[in-house]
Amino acid sequence: MADDLFNSFMNGPDERGRFGDFGGRFVSETLMPLILDLEAEYDKAKDDPEFWAEMDDLWKHYVGRPSPLYFAERLTDHLGGAKIYLKRDELNHTGAHKINNVLGQILLARRMGKKRIIAETGAGQHGVATATVCAKFGLKCVVYMGKHDVERQAPNVFRMRLLGAEVIPVTSGRGTLKDAMNDALRDWVTNVRDTFYCIGTVAGPHPYPAMVRDFQSIIGQEVRWQLAEQEGEGRLPDTVIAAIGGGSNAMGLFFPFLDDPSVNIIGVEAGGKGVDEKMQHCASLTGGRPGVLHGNRTYLLQDDDGQILEGFSISAGLDYPGIGPEHSWLHETGRAQYVSITDKEALEAFQLSCSTEGIIPALEPSHALAHVMKIAPNLPRDHIIVMNMCGRGDKDIFTVAKHLGFDMSDTEGREMD
Amino acid sequence: MTRIDAKFAKLKADGKKAFVAYVMAGDPDYATSLEIVKGLPGAGVDVIELGLPFTDPMADGPTIQLAGQRALEGGMTLQKTLELATEFRKDDDETPIVLMGYYNPIYSRGVDRFLDDAKKAGIDGLIVVDLPPEEDDELCIPAQKAGMNFIRLATPTTDDRRLPKVMTNTSGFVYYVSITGITGAAEADAGDVAPEVARIKRATDLPIVVGFGINSPEKAEAIASVADGAVVGSAIVSRIGKGEAPADVLAFVKSLADGAHRA
Ligand SMILES: Cc1ncc(COP(=O)(O)O)c(C=O)c1O
Repeated sequence: MADDLFNSFMNGPDERGRFGDFGGRFVSETLMPLILDLEAEYDKAKDDPEFWAEMDDLWKHYVGRPSPLYFAERLTDHLGGAKIYLKRDELNHTGAHKINNVLGQILLARRMGKKRIIAETGAGQHGVATATVCAKFGLKCVVYMGKHDVERQAPNVFRMRLLGAEVIPVTSGRGTLKDAMNDALRDWVTNVRDTFYCIGTVAGPHPYPAMVRDFQSIIGQEVRWQLAEQEGEGRLPDTVIAAIGGGSNAMGLFFPFLDDPSVNIIGVEAGGKGVDEKMQHCASLTGGRPGVLHGNRTYLLQDDDGQILEGFSISAGLDYPGIGPEHSWLHETGRAQYVSITDKEALEAFQLSCSTEGIIPALEPSHALAHVMKIAPNLPRDHIIVMNMCGRGDKDIFTVAKHLGFDMSDTEGREMD
Repeated sequence: MTRIDAKFAKLKADGKKAFVAYVMAGDPDYATSLEIVKGLPGAGVDVIELGLPFTDPMADGPTIQLAGQRALEGGMTLQKTLELATEFRKDDDETPIVLMGYYNPIYSRGVDRFLDDAKKAGIDGLIVVDLPPEEDDELCIPAQKAGMNFIRLATPTTDDRRLPKVMTNTSGFVYYVSITGITGAAEADAGDVAPEVARIKRATDLPIVVGFGINSPEKAEAIASVADGAVVGSAIVSRIGKGEAPADVLAFVKSLADGAHRA
């Protein structure tokens, strides 16, 4: 790659919210004034040391940051190649990276005087994080969740309700994350004056993709100094890898390394049953083309008529037909590489993490791990991979049990026929 | 002068308010939809808003969401929507058609190709919900250049600071969305709408029609009396959704049109 390509990967988006041709503000007029307000408010907060002091304090005492950067020794030995580090964002309060971003947005909502918070959720992790922070600050919280996801992520639904949130099952479409986002946007248009929409990933109209990325970038920033501490001053990862639903944990890990040409960047999309013409997957970059949905232009799964297709993945958190616009841009510029992993491969990785490291991962980062399993054996021992272990697997044990053929109601733990 | 401009000029000369009806193209199927659309001018409709089905209609309530689903399940596409308009134009060269929908199907076809095809199909104007003035160079400006009206939505949240921006690059008429919300949800209130229409009038010479939350002849009359016209969508679409025969749907449309024309 030419050196000059590396001059400006961290400057985006432009004033129209574009990363190259991607991003933008494709929303109805009703929302536009509010989105401009939000942008102004975020621009102010971004340069306000007091805002970041409050974030740092909450990150440290409420979330438990910094999350460890952990050398996965047995996993490394097992795969017999590259040296693998896991960024342990699954140890955060509420069990995933989602809370990094939620804290930032809720502090902004407070600055804007909004008292009612809405969110969409797929796996339920963003919903749980939002419900949690709303409980902490005494704000009303409404979470939209696809009906299908309500069923497959039952523990998180109960968690949100315990935390005082109202969970609204969404029946439109196939009842997954895309549909939840539609209904959240409909709520927002209706209650625009008193409501703050807390988006869970690096998608949506500008300024969301940039704002969520900035809040998640704490992940990559910590990796920089943590790796230097463990491997020596100036040592950067050779490869960083993360799973992608909308792409927020990935952007958070990637962003601080965009201008370090020696760092390979790999995003892992959900390949479902395989990325082919049957389209039973959620790999927007490897299996989609550019379009406009949910406020931004990005790669989308769509048919020839521009109708959006439903994604398909074992992982509710990756079950989204789009991807954050900055990833589309990183893909087209070639700065990052995007691959896909099938449900089956992710399940194997899930089990390997349990048996070699004693870490029960969420199904989302299991996709990233599955790609680590593919590449690590062929890389030299001094090649350092940092993978984002962005969520823990508690929420997924029922789904995994079903796929592995375990009957959870059977206390003897026998396998099902 | 587009068919839209001509229509509003004539209404003004006759001292009449406009009645605008929205139906989803291809709902519940192509043939029934064509029959309904062909009957709209006879039922007193001055401007037809033809919905372009989309899988993710973010500004629409359940009634229009379901209409879009029915149409898509029946195999409706942008191409067939244009064919429906072409078919309509064979017998009617006067009633304006405004295509209303979301950007992705248009973007997917390619803006230049879409504009060519839409003009040929006899489409006079576009309302694209997810293209605010900030994205004008996507479709709005190319459409105006192609001689097609690009009709903008103004809403209760469009404040005076923003209004001039919303009124730039727009033509045909202005669609005032009477509520903050989605289609088919809250009821419009003529008392709230009147001062808003007056406010927008100060920023534009274009006719202002009001839509969202109008569901009866009385409401159509009340709203039309404080604006240049009224739009009804969900109330008509819900009857189509219930499987009412086209003649019954059109009789209801006529009662709404009569209401608006009494204003
Ligand atoms: C643990 C975990 N990882 C990843 C994701 C996907 O989101 P993103 O790509 O924005 O990180 C989710 C979403 O719910 C999640 O819960």
